[in-house]
Amino acid sequence: MNELMGVISTLLRAFVTTLELTFLSAILSLVVGILAAAMRVSPVPPLRWAVSVYVRLVRNTPLTIVFFITVFGLPQVGVNFSFFSFALLALTLYTATFVAETVRAGIQAIPIGQIEAARSIGLTFTQVLAYVVLPQAVRSVVPPLASTFIALFKNSSIASAFGVAEAISVMTNMVNVHSTIVLSIMGATAAIYVALALLFGRAFTWLERKALIAR
Amino acid sequence: MPDSVISMDKVNKWFGALHALRDINFRVSAGEVVVVAGPSGSGKSTMCRTINRLETIDSGTIRVNGETLPAEGRELAKLRSEVAMVFQQFNLFSHLSILDNVTLGPIKVLRQSGAEACKEALGFLDRVGIGDQAHKFPAQLSGGQQQRAAIARALAMRPKAILFDEPTSALDPEMVNEVLEVMTQLAKEGMTMLVVTHEMGFARRVAHRVIFMDAGQIVEEAPPEAFFTNPKTDRARDFLSKILM
Repeated sequence: MNELMGVISTLLRAFVTTLELTFLSAILSLVVGILAAAMRVSPVPPLRWAVSVYVRLVRNTPLTIVFFITVFGLPQVGVNFSFFSFALLALTLYTATFVAETVRAGIQAIPIGQIEAARSIGLTFTQVLAYVVLPQAVRSVVPPLASTFIALFKNSSIASAFGVAEAISVMTNMVNVHSTIVLSIMGATAAIYVALALLFGRAFTWLERKALIAR
Repeated sequence: MPDSVISMDKVNKWFGALHALRDINFRVSAGEVVVVAGPSGSGKSTMCRTINRLETIDSGTIRVNGETLPAEGRELAKLRSEVAMVFQQFNLFSHLSILDNVTLGPIKVLRQSGAEACKEALGFLDRVGIGDQAHKFPAQLSGGQQQRAAIARALAMRPKAILFDEPTSALDPEMVNEVLEVMTQLAKEGMTMLVVTHEMGFARRVAHRVIFMDAGQIVEEAPPEAFFTNPKTDRARDFLSKILM
């Protein structure tokens, strides 16, 4: 039992890295994803095409391969980051495609009349997006975004294979050292993941309710 | 023609095979109230929407204050801000309070300060009789109140003219009058207005001129008394007999 408690406290420290990775890439992918969604509906065709190619390519590639290309491909062209930064980049590039598609769905759900009203008072395209379209689009897609970010939380475990000492990587080490309590270590890790994911779910439900009240 | 706030010359528009606007020519002078009437599908809403370039045209010229309507871009946005529009479905921004709906344009387009825009907006909301609703959200208001808020939003842009695209058609009957009263008041104050509507009582009392459209054409153009008592065309007579029963 003491052995397991020791393992769990090591694990919890590793979860701090998991959470850092998750929160930072969540914020970055939200920014990149919203920008991408805005470009996807822009009147400038090359912008639309560029985003469309990016989304289709990256969204349909296994995350592990996105990691491979980032971690091993970028150094070949002279880009050298820490493993943590590479992981952040890979997770952001991948998750942003899902955010972009979700936000685009939100944009399409906005009544065309509101966009016409916004244009008729003389707002430019960018202003219409910034003040009328995106605030409503993002609010309406809070529930599907919650799923995307919970997936991101669990996807961050792939970083364990690419030199980042997050929860799964530390769990693997612990399993090798404490070979008599393998199942307990895995069970404990899973339990922490589930508990944290439930917590995120709660936070998003709260956010969803707040977004709704403002209507 | 410096006096015309809005002018259309030989404007044509097609929706695929449908010739939606046929050689439309007309002018609206400063301070004039023009009502556009006609059966549904006659092109009156489409015509109204082309003036703000919410619909593009295929040929002809539309001028606002003597300036030809530009294609997309900043110039178009500027010209749009000078001709406000009130829609059938109100189209208030549902994530913003009534006050923020009214101040958005003045702050972002006219570059007014927040405090100044707010003060003016409350004045406009009082003028349309919903000053006490300023901090509510659109969904909390009745249809009539929403449309009056939309009129306040249009007024806040200090426009040279206001286009009304069937402003009372989506309202419950008991709310039609509160909106028409506000519009009548604006007309009395000298606002230049182009009003697409089926409210013939309003046309008769308030309009300086009635334009009757059918099948994408302007069929008749006359002062309201002449139009209602002595329509010149069969199509106008037929339309009036149906609507004035």
